Amino acid sequence: MKSYDVIIIGGGVIGCMTARSLSRYDLSVLLIEKEADIGMGASSANSAIVHAGHDPVPGTLKAEMNRLANPMWDQLSAELGIPFKRTGAYIVTIDEPCGCLDALQERARQNGVPAEMISAEEMKKREPRVNPATAGALFTPTAGMVDPFAACLAPLENAVMNGVTVLTETAFVDFIKEGNKILGIKTTRGDFACRWVVNAAGLYSDEVMHKAGVRTEFKINPRKGEYYVLDKSEIQIDNILFPVPTEVSKGILVLGSTHGNVLVGPNSQTTPEKDNRAVTQDGLAEIWAGSQRLVPSITPRSIIAVFAGLRATGNAHAINVDYSHDFVIEIPKEVQGLVNLAGIESPGLTSAPAIAQRVVELLKDAGEKLVEKKNFHPIRPARPRFNHLTHAEQAELVTRDPRYGRMICRCESITEGEIVAEIHAPLPARTYDAIKRRTWLGTGRCLGSFDMPRVVNILSQELGVSPLEITKKGAGSEFLVRLTKDMEA
Amino acid sequence: MPTITEKIICTTCPKGCTLEVTRDGKTVISILNGCKRGHEYAQQELTDPRRMVATTVSVKGGVHPLMPVYTSAPFPKPRIPELLKLLRTVELAAPVALDQPVLQNVLGTGIDVHASREMKRI
Amino acid sequence: MTRKENYDVVVIGGGPGGLAAAISAKKNGAEAVLIIDRDIEPGGILLQCIHNGFGMETFKQDLTGPSYAQRFIDEAMQVGVEFLLDTMVLEITRDHRIFATSKEHGFVEIQAKAVVLAMGCRERTRAQVRLPGTRPAGVYTAGTAQRWVNVEGFMPGKRFVILGSGDIGMIMARRLTFEGAKVERVLEVMPYLSGLTRNYVQCLMDFDIQLQLKHTVKNIIGKNRVEAIEACAVDDRWQPIPGTEEIIPCDTLLLSVGLIPENELSRQAGVRIDPITAGPRVDDGFQTNIPGIYSAGNVVHVYDLVDWVTEAGLAAGRSAARLVRLGPVADGPSIPVKAAENVRYVVPQTLHPAHLEEGDIRLQMRVTRPIEKPVWVEVRSGDKLITRRGEPYARPGEMVTITLKSNLVEEVKAAIELSVAIVER
Repeated sequence: MKSYDVIIIGGGVIGCMTARSLSRYDLSVLLIEKEADIGMGASSANSAIVHAGHDPVPGTLKAEMNRLANPMWDQLSAELGIPFKRTGAYIVTIDEPCGCLDALQERARQNGVPAEMISAEEMKKREPRVNPATAGALFTPTAGMVDPFAACLAPLENAVMNGVTVLTETAFVDFIKEGNKILGIKTTRGDFACRWVVNAAGLYSDEVMHKAGVRTEFKINPRKGEYYVLDKSEIQIDNILFPVPTEVSKGILVLGSTHGNVLVGPNSQTTPEKDNRAVTQDGLAEIWAGSQRLVPSITPRSIIAVFAGLRATGNAHAINVDYSHDFVIEIPKEVQGLVNLAGIESPGLTSAPAIAQRVVELLKDAGEKLVEKKNFHPIRPARPRFNHLTHAEQAELVTRDPRYGRMICRCESITEGEIVAEIHAPLPARTYDAIKRRTWLGTGRCLGSFDMPRVVNILSQELGVSPLEITKKGAGSEFLVRLTKDMEA
Repeated sequence: MPTITEKIICTTCPKGCTLEVTRDGKTVISILNGCKRGHEYAQQELTDPRRMVATTVSVKGGVHPLMPVYTSAPFPKPRIPELLKLLRTVELAAPVALDQPVLQNVLGTGIDVHASREMKRI
Repeated sequence: MTRKENYDVVVIGGGPGGLAAAISAKKNGAEAVLIIDRDIEPGGILLQCIHNGFGMETFKQDLTGPSYAQRFIDEAMQVGVEFLLDTMVLEITRDHRIFATSKEHGFVEIQAKAVVLAMGCRERTRAQVRLPGTRPAGVYTAGTAQRWVNVEGFMPGKRFVILGSGDIGMIMARRLTFEGAKVERVLEVMPYLSGLTRNYVQCLMDFDIQLQLKHTVKNIIGKNRVEAIEACAVDDRWQPIPGTEEIIPCDTLLLSVGLIPENELSRQAGVRIDPITAGPRVDDGFQTNIPGIYSAGNVVHVYDLVDWVTEAGLAAGRSAARLVRLGPVADGPSIPVKAAENVRYVVPQTLHPAHLEEGDIRLQMRVTRPIEKPVWVEVRSGDKLITRRGEPYARPGEMVTITLKSNLVEEVKAAIELSVAIVER
């Protein structure tokens, strides 16, 4: 049985950032992920925002982690090559009662987050497309847009560069314990021994902790959020616009993204199923109404994609404050050897680097001797993106490697060179969706109808398998069923 | 013999008239709607329906694994499944010329099957 | 082939529109003519349209797509048109500079005296028709499936539901059936057939494939791969009618829900796009608003017969060659051509009355709704009738044309604008 110092369960943004933080130290680390690729849960289906941190209830872990993490993103994005733009964000009033932003501004102050009121005129100047009936907004300059999938991929690749092992299609089954001491875990791909387990299992974090007998009353109640993605050639908004929030959620946003598309959403719908990410007619109608309130000029013609994510909403009470959906970040006393991370919904993406840091601190407090690696490489070089280069740079890239000359995704200008690079990267892309998450291929106006057959061929060639084996997102999602000329009985 | 009245959509021209055909077995008694060409079409459809058939056959050594082919004339509709079955057994070798005969006098119909395009050897 | 950096005419797209334009440019005096195409061989979408129905007007023959294309490819080669294949155009500038990229040829920069845009169409996608449900493998546009089945040699599924009664969807229904798959249903949201009646008979009726008008997909079911479609009836506002739901087991949903002219390059170059056609506004010589940039084929508006695409390409190539030979020639004043009663759009959107002295001008349009009664297609200048033509009916799925004969030159010259209407007789 293979043995590790630490096993991380879950390859979402929390697990990936934690792996990178731990990879600084002389520890053998394994990260297991049940899907065919990392980041396939909430981490790649969200608003893609680094929140300023004005919104969480002061005194909660959510507020603390957000505040600590927000400033970390500049260095992190530079070291790891994660697309990140600190644009600031606006909470826009339309016809809400006067003074409705005062409470928010006060909460921002309590959370130590800069927030300034701006007039209606100023709001319209900053975002000409905003509803002209706006009465002004609260501007939080420290918010920003981030590529959420890169926020998983980049730290984990850096972790792999620094010695972390990653196993995909490997699901946690149970703990191996002796009394209340964790000795290892059972997975669908065999047993592994370890001294520490980090529970970063997102939607399934309740099930994992229950197997250790921890927090039996803790439950994840998934909340679905649906989104539209708009065609960047039809509409460009380089800002983050929030409506005035309600009790339940931050509301339906309209915002730009690091990919250049405008994103609208999410709504909030509790659902019992952890794997139901179906987009609904009612949900879309709700989002539509909400987004048009903020930006009336948005039209359905601009829609090029729709998706839904599930928030891992927990029911844990905050420690000192009356709030019942706080993060769980702890080393529980019931067992030895568990770092328990759960209920990581918004601002989870934002908080990830601070949560990862907290894991390190918790381990140190628990007596772990963490010795820094002498040869830790903090930089994960970003791979070339053809569509970000000038013509001169493009010409040079193509001369260097002609595969960058062959355009595969016409709408987003993604080349064969980039696709091949992702297939052979430290965290290899082996499916169509994996390539899509990494390159943004297939997300443009033709939604993949041009590139799909070509990508299937490239994957087939690079992986050395028949095109019949190439999948959209793992086993069971093969594109093709047989050769045209093979008739079945 | 009981007479049957049925509707046939004529495809001779894009108008697509719906003809009402009354027949006794295969003998046409009357046709409502349609023009002269339409009546000829209805008669043909009843006694000897035919279709142009276009499909693909395997080809080796070319830029693609499939060669599009088509019948030189409309083919008897009831025998199309047989034709398709036969074509599944064909494997060409590149180079293939445009209109190159692939099968001649298929199933004794006097109709040929031709290559729809050129395909060079790679 | 040694590739120059300067060309007289560069044609973007080597499908039927582009091939015709290039041949015509050459034959009308342009010397260095280049076709740039993103595929490894020319022919465009015709290469995957292996069915018959092409060339009745042009060759008086019922050809397949590849055969039709081959005739033009051969002619293009013969007259000395050059080809840059497996090459994607990245940008076209207002002053006719073209940037393109290719594995074989590297990064390419070309200066043209005239450009013909012939990029054709892309297919409308799932999101644009806002289909709810999950996102499993097995949801494809009909064109992508056609590429796989006819060119690459793979079947993308076993049991199909097709959304949309457009020609591509119906053609694929027959194709898939020929290759041993089962097409369970064709759903069409409108109360009428979207494509040609001939295809309904020969692709659906011949194989007992049921077409349901006023029906659509309510939900896509399946986690990793499509497992079923939930279909439902819709009312006159395309809203689902509760209680009409039906689960149809299948493993593939094909979308045949429309074509959109692919004008991203045109837009970036500053070409003015007509919001109704989604293609460039053109005059009777297929000149766009940018001097020296012409446009022909499906990229201008969606045609129904390839023969008219060829005709447009020939005209655009002629215009491009004339510019190369004579420089910018004053065409005289131009007048708008507007869509009036029952007409959705007219191409060209403007014309030069003086051009009628040289020959007829053909106007092409689509009607807004089916009129299954005899109609007049009328061209008017204000209230004054310029010309009219009778048609036995008018359908959105079939392009309608009317020719302005050159003997009308005086009336047209006196007009400030023309309007085209389709009215019941």
